[in-house]
Amino acid sequence: MSLLERVWPLQLERRAAPSRVMSFASPLIAAVAMLITGFILFSALGKDPVAAFNVFFIEPLSNAYGLGELLLKATPLLLCAVGLTIGFRANVWNIGAEGQFVIGAIAGGGVALFASGLGVFALPAMLLAGAAGGMAWAGIAAWLRTRFNTSEILVTLMLVYIAKLGLSYLVHGPWRDPAGFNFPQSQAFDENEILPLLWEGARVNIAFIMALALAVLGAIFVSKSFAGFRMRVAGLAPAAAAYAGYSDKRNIWLALLISGGCAGLAGICEVAGPIGLLSPDISPGYGFAAIIVAFVGRLHPLGVVLSSLLMSALYLGGESAQIELQLPSSVTGLFQGILLFYLLAADLFITFRLRRVKPIVAQPLAIGVKTANAS
Amino acid sequence: MHTPTPPRLQLQGITKRYPAVLANDRIDLKVDAGEIHALLGENGAGKSTLMKIVYGVVRPDSGSIGWEGAPVVIDSPATARRLGIGMVFQHFSLFETLTVAENIALSIEPRTKPAVLAPRIREISESYGLPVDPNRLVHSMSVGERQRVEIVRCLLQSPRLLIMDEPTSVLTPQAVTMLFETLRRLAAEKVSILYISHKLDEVRSLCDSATVLRGGRVSGTANPRIETNESLARMMVGADLQECRLTPREPGEVRLEVKSLTQASIDPFGTSLQQIDLAVRSGEIVGIAGVSGNGQRELLAAISGEARSDRANAIRICDRDAGALDPAQRRAIGLSFVPEERLGRGAVPDLSLADNALLTAYGAGMVKNGFVRTGACRDFARETIRQFDVRCGSELSIASSLSGGNLQKFIVGREIRLAPRVMVVAQPTWGVDIGASQSIRQALIDMRDQGVAVLVISEELDELYAICDRLAVIAGGRLSPTYPTAQLPLEQIGVLMTGSFVASAGAADVAA
Repeated sequence: MSLLERVWPLQLERRAAPSRVMSFASPLIAAVAMLITGFILFSALGKDPVAAFNVFFIEPLSNAYGLGELLLKATPLLLCAVGLTIGFRANVWNIGAEGQFVIGAIAGGGVALFASGLGVFALPAMLLAGAAGGMAWAGIAAWLRTRFNTSEILVTLMLVYIAKLGLSYLVHGPWRDPAGFNFPQSQAFDENEILPLLWEGARVNIAFIMALALAVLGAIFVSKSFAGFRMRVAGLAPAAAAYAGYSDKRNIWLALLISGGCAGLAGICEVAGPIGLLSPDISPGYGFAAIIVAFVGRLHPLGVVLSSLLMSALYLGGESAQIELQLPSSVTGLFQGILLFYLLAADLFITFRLRRVKPIVAQPLAIGVKTANAS
Repeated sequence: MHTPTPPRLQLQGITKRYPAVLANDRIDLKVDAGEIHALLGENGAGKSTLMKIVYGVVRPDSGSIGWEGAPVVIDSPATARRLGIGMVFQHFSLFETLTVAENIALSIEPRTKPAVLAPRIREISESYGLPVDPNRLVHSMSVGERQRVEIVRCLLQSPRLLIMDEPTSVLTPQAVTMLFETLRRLAAEKVSILYISHKLDEVRSLCDSATVLRGGRVSGTANPRIETNESLARMMVGADLQECRLTPREPGEVRLEVKSLTQASIDPFGTSLQQIDLAVRSGEIVGIAGVSGNGQRELLAAISGEARSDRANAIRICDRDAGALDPAQRRAIGLSFVPEERLGRGAVPDLSLADNALLTAYGAGMVKNGFVRTGACRDFARETIRQFDVRCGSELSIASSLSGGNLQKFIVGREIRLAPRVMVVAQPTWGVDIGASQSIRQALIDMRDQGVAVLVISEELDELYAICDRLAVIAGGRLSPTYPTAQLPLEQIGVLMTGSFVASAGAADVAA
């Protein structure tokens, strides 16, 4: 028996079948482990952990406005994550939802700023333009991947920075509001170009309902449609997809167009919602955080509804910790990272379990006796 | 007075329980020095688990292991190797991104540089008739070639007990003869050999004694030299077996035609196809023999459509130019295809059998308006399970939870139930137990009798002889002419496998 086993008499053993219980419990375990780590972290920073916990997780959600904020911040995360989930299942790694988000905001915002007299059709036109913008941006990666076999991971990521610089150029230059005191931002959108609120006194708007509806549609797509099945096979076993004759290119296009469209929609909803105009910093990294949301949500369009709320709570907590505890804003990112880290660790136990190693005592064999008798 | 030498290996009461199954139940086994001992049993009988225990990969729950008279605890393969136990696994333990020499260097003690090992690998591999290029990357090698690497790796360590898990399935008849000479030579040098196989002829000609496992228990021990195939099979299966029979039949029109197909392999280490000509008619089974890595993979990909041809008429299926069609289009005109790899290609490991029915049978009413009809998938899977006697929990069982043989029955059954006009099957019974092999072969013969054109690519010559009307041999990316099976004796196949027919290329197709 090795030394390790004597000190730690447990070993990992593959389960006969992946544990369903663990696949649901794993995100909860990760969340609890994140909270414990948070306690230790706050203590180490010299803050009373209980008070800090209160400021971080309880206070922001203790009133109707806070709950509205929770849904508000969950909306772009959810929209992006639903699309990413569908792509990730097909092993198409769109890392650049952030860029598609920005392009969606530019495309939809452009409609708001320059197409006048649309009346009640202004918002639908903006939403369509936003989704189309995100699709087009992700489509660049799809084209490069299917035409030149370029890694969509790198292409989508690099396109994020191009999109952000593009937005920055527009609001510093041609699209800057002439009456805006030289602030780098566009004119505010008109009344009919802003998404209606869900209830008075909060900032959350109907985009949240759209996001929920999209999550349901996404769930139907992945579990019921043949296209969703083909994408899942391509993700699980590419050789089986090729054997069955499923087109690789069609999967890649579909995955990137869906995830890009969703991210673009998230972008326009954000600027046509709480922000109300175009400015260089329309996203605190929603597109990137959505990657974590997708994984914490078990790559399932309904799972991401819960995980986007969790991630949104982390954003709110981070803001309130910044204000009340004078902690740096990077606390939010830290918690997001810790959560993903624990989740990936806990996921090990979906397919493996711990088993006690039984000490094997070497016993004398009967052979010696037999041979002695024989001779 | 002589002191009898203690057995080299003695297992007593070895028991191993897995979450779902009792893999080994109080197993006793004894191998003497210089003995060639067969371990027989169907798939799932517990042979592999037992050997993993001996090799230190798996810990038994109870029982004891004696090595040359002394009790030992084999807690890792390294310990096993130190004792002098070498093992050739059925499922290979090679790193695909490394070369042959690098792979072998990883498991050799004392640590040796791959460059130093290379000439030794070449020398050993040649002297045992197992040619291996030490500098090739493993990922580019076929299943058969990888197995050669495993054998050579063991021989390099001059073992005292050599465990061989079905080592001959990928060798030419001549190479099997050479391997057996090698094994007998090793046995004469007092090396013990534990030989796992389901090929009863081999076991009877090679082994001194046999332990038969059934359902995790020892069902008997025997001297294979005085047993018959039937008596051994009865001990393994627990029942008598039926032979499959091929009744002569006049073939019909050509359904699958390959016309002077020359195609470079996508894989830089693959075998390119050169001037392949082949015709398979309705109501006949044509077999292609050959040592793996001679272009079988490439030919299969070209026929299935996973590799497209430059010329549309290089492949014709049911009188239509199919060379430019993708696999789905070829399916639509009547081609069914069973690939060599079951998990990951013929079936998606993580999906249920119902979903795996949908994988290729989607055309059979399982998709409506772009949506999957779950009920139809489950019905199809359930009917396949029933018709082909697939042992599984239900149609909702995950594909990877089935044994290799049962999954193969499911895949073959699925493809048969698509009512193809042309059926292409690669390694139909690779690693499949006797009972299941028999039913798969019978199913192929039944298809032939119903007028389907069947092409079988296999490395098991016994199987090809049992079910094929005509045979051809593939060697070095070229295909020999086809011969009626009765006119092609085993020795001649061996000669063809060396590629000798190339010199006489252009010779008339004997069967035409």
